[in-house]
Amino acid sequence: MDRRRWRPRVQELSVLAALVAAAGAFADAAMRERGVPRRLADTGLYSDFASRTIDPRNLPYSPQYPLWSDGAAKSRWIRLPPGTAIDARDPDAWAFPVGTRIWKEFAWSRRVETRYLERTRRGWIYATYVWAEDGSDAILAPEGGVVSAQDLGAGRRHRIPSVADCLACHRGGRSEVLGFSALQLSPDRDPLAPNAEPLRQGDVTLDALVRRGMVRGLPRYVLERPPRIAAATPLARAAIGYLHANCSLCHDSVGPMRSLGVSLRHSLRAKDPRDEPAAGMIECPTRSQPPGAAPGSIRWVAPGAPASSAVVTRMQSRSAAAQMPPLGTQLVDAQAVALLRRWIEEDLGSPAR
Amino acid sequence: MKRSWNAVGFGVVVLALAVAARAAPKHQPPSAAAKRGEYLVTIGSCNDCHTPFKAGPNGPEPDMSRLLSGHPEALVMPPAPSPASPWIATASGTFTAWAGPWGVSFSPNLTPDAETGLGKWTEQNFIEAMRTGRHQGRGRQILPPMPWQSLAKATDSDLKAIFAYLRTIPAIRNRVPDPIPPGEASAHGEGGAAAAGTANDAGQREGAPRPTP
Repeated sequence: MDRRRWRPRVQELSVLAALVAAAGAFADAAMRERGVPRRLADTGLYSDFASRTIDPRNLPYSPQYPLWSDGAAKSRWIRLPPGTAIDARDPDAWAFPVGTRIWKEFAWSRRVETRYLERTRRGWIYATYVWAEDGSDAILAPEGGVVSAQDLGAGRRHRIPSVADCLACHRGGRSEVLGFSALQLSPDRDPLAPNAEPLRQGDVTLDALVRRGMVRGLPRYVLERPPRIAAATPLARAAIGYLHANCSLCHDSVGPMRSLGVSLRHSLRAKDPRDEPAAGMIECPTRSQPPGAAPGSIRWVAPGAPASSAVVTRMQSRSAAAQMPPLGTQLVDAQAVALLRRWIEEDLGSPAR
Repeated sequence: MKRSWNAVGFGVVVLALAVAARAAPKHQPPSAAAKRGEYLVTIGSCNDCHTPFKAGPNGPEPDMSRLLSGHPEALVMPPAPSPASPWIATASGTFTAWAGPWGVSFSPNLTPDAETGLGKWTEQNFIEAMRTGRHQGRGRQILPPMPWQSLAKATDSDLKAIFAYLRTIPAIRNRVPDPIPPGEASAHGEGGAAAAGTANDAGQREGAPRPTP
């Protein structure tokens, strides 16, 4: 090759372009790894923040069993780096590629908070952005959390979580990403799921993700049949699905809270209601019996007796020492409590069960 | 022939000794971590709240036969008095029951008893509890007067040492009552948070068993 007259060929140009792109991507990733963006507008959620236009590369989704968040209207998006995919070989613990970004917006009469998860090479970033009351901007919340201006009624205000609060739930189970899983995105959606959000135009479901190649390695038994809670009745299906979504973050058989003794995590392999781990809570006495209660009378779930079912009584409480879940909510989930009471009273209390 | 029978006999004796040694209780000295933990628990004054006080020859002293086992389950507390401001808190004579604006808290059982103490906790549960101020690191908030905020600043190795020591003390079966929220009646009168029913988001009591008319 004559160095004085070197003109890059197509191959060399494409290599050069790839190097430039890689350098840019590396710089982008490195910049993010150096710190969390101070403004939501800088996280990549919007292609145009002024008009609040969501970047089309961010895919909206809606879990069939939403987490109870005091009645907030929620919107969720996920973006995977181009050409990457979620490793779903372990259906209970999806592995997300470095560069995954997830957003979740909480709104009542206005946007209040948008939470942000990003997987970097060094692990997941947890951040949340508080919207100004006039909606003009959303700024990174302090690491210790803050009580927001959003009035929830009953003298309660929405609390923006601390990073420690985020970790309490997100590092309680097998996967740090919650609500984005085979069951939650199954096209077989439970019509009785409490606080259910109908699928919106463009929401991705499990089959669409598999078709696009964004979720790979799902076991055959998940591909053959859309995941669904194995339950004897529609009420039981909805109750167990709710408990899976809201409670199995702590109440499972392998995480740091496994010593609590009952798993409320749905088993993807369960074909029979008895295979669902949550069946173990029926008749199981609670370890701590409240003073005044006959020994062993309080169960996790006492068939036919919601008042003696700790799952119900603690879900109905919002006193700090007794409420379930212990964080993340200020108001009782009336819809879910009603569902669980019906299930316990009508389904489990029926002699024909 | 005689020599080989002697060898067999020797082997049997050795085997028997080995089996006996395995079956015998292990009296291992405490690990270095546990010794460090014992020192930290002593100077950290954990006994002041977690070991019930009794009357001793020189005045109140911790009852070491109930080492770190928390509020005695047999000690039923009446409703706590409401002190006049600026006084805000009252304590039992055992220094294991504490009433204040948070309601009533009872010093937990820190012994390794599986059902009533920390026996089922993991080291991770303990460290995360101290770092976050939440039960097992993600449950309900740990109530006053537990100074978890100070322990949150301890090193990992010191927290591990404390936990290692707590694993070596005698397991004592003692079921400490659940905390009582502010405004509730006494733990053994109307019932605690779960038994007496709980307030829904409109502040109405629900779920309490009602006598049939």
